[in-house]
Amino acid sequence: MSEPQFEDIPGTLLFDAERSRKGYHLNMFCMSLMKPENRDAFRADEAGYLKQFPMTPEQTKAILDRDWNKMLELGGNIYFTAKLGATDGLAFQQLAAKMTGATQQEYADMMLAGGRPVEGNRSKSEWKRG
Amino acid sequence: MAKIVAGVACSHVPAIGAALDNGKTGEPYWQPLFRGFEPSKKYMAELKPDAIILVYNDHASAFSLEIIPTFAIGCAASFPPADEGWGARPVPVVQGHPELAAHIAQSTILDEFDMTIVNKMDVDHGLTVPLSLMYGQPAAWPCPVIPLAVNVVQYPPPTGHRCYMLGKAIRRAIDSYPQPLRVAIMGTGGMSHQISGQRAGLINSKFDNAFLDKLAQDPESAVKIPHIEYVREAGAEAIELVMWLIMRGALDERTKEIYRFYHVPASNTAVGHIILENAA
Repeated sequence: MSEPQFEDIPGTLLFDAERSRKGYHLNMFCMSLMKPENRDAFRADEAGYLKQFPMTPEQTKAILDRDWNKMLELGGNIYFTAKLGATDGLAFQQLAAKMTGATQQEYADMMLAGGRPVEGNRSKSEWKRG
Repeated sequence: MAKIVAGVACSHVPAIGAALDNGKTGEPYWQPLFRGFEPSKKYMAELKPDAIILVYNDHASAFSLEIIPTFAIGCAASFPPADEGWGARPVPVVQGHPELAAHIAQSTILDEFDMTIVNKMDVDHGLTVPLSLMYGQPAAWPCPVIPLAVNVVQYPPPTGHRCYMLGKAIRRAIDSYPQPLRVAIMGTGGMSHQISGQRAGLINSKFDNAFLDKLAQDPESAVKIPHIEYVREAGAEAIELVMWLIMRGALDERTKEIYRFYHVPASNTAVGHIILENAA
């Protein structure tokens, strides 16, 4: 299903039909956080709230651990996981910083300096060479 | 008969909306960006279109994963701003143009585009931020707006070529509408940005500026850019740029460039903006 050309882009997960299928319940959990009463219920008992959604144990763990990249690997989509971020009080840029492994300040500085360059970031082979 | 009077493209970064809504436009971080849109506000105030067709994407606000329409046209009388998880933006309710929208839907479907018709829809930052950039903070938006939502969330979005052809079909719909309306079309999203994964923060201003050039002067070559190129060269979410090609398709092949602006960064994103008119 996944296309090899896209799979070669480092640090990037294409949200295709396959990932969408796997991540359906994870993303629909995130969608439920659009309602303030659901955000409150989730905050009051995270693990209990998650039981409403038939997710895999790995997906549930990734959510509880706030492992943002793992959520994407398991079929999460950024526009959905951002709703969990917002529930935690994270701005988009703070969430992005976490996924890159940089501190918020380092990430903001990188953006102000013009962002991450495409040179060296096109292919997984470039990342392996370090 | 109705006619297209302008094509406008611009980014729709949510942080721009937040900066406006929270009175931060004068801060050093935001000042250069908002200054770049001053000429555009003046232009729109003088242009006074009777209606705007606004091409954008929903970000898991109106559409979750339950329904994922590739092209959805808003035919309702009004569209409330969406609560995206932190309360709705304090912007006016968007008034639609149900008669023109229904005409466009009918005309494009008979033109072989399988549009989804939406009669109830909240609109998120993807639609309201471009309006804020063009009009500032009015008590009411100055003209009706027809939302045209494109799926760019789940791969694959429509191809650039398909988007361009839809733009041409929209143009035929406008040209055949019996009322003498002056219509502007906007394509939004982009430019280079990636907001997910370890490669987040990618910006490619060379790609972006080349895209602006192609859009203005050589749309046929912009139309041929494959999805992989947007994603690899300009970031996962740069694929939103296909929506600009719907706007471009609605214009003549030859256009006159009225204004252009480019700025890095707004949060995670390169902000691009261009105003085109049909060449006389």
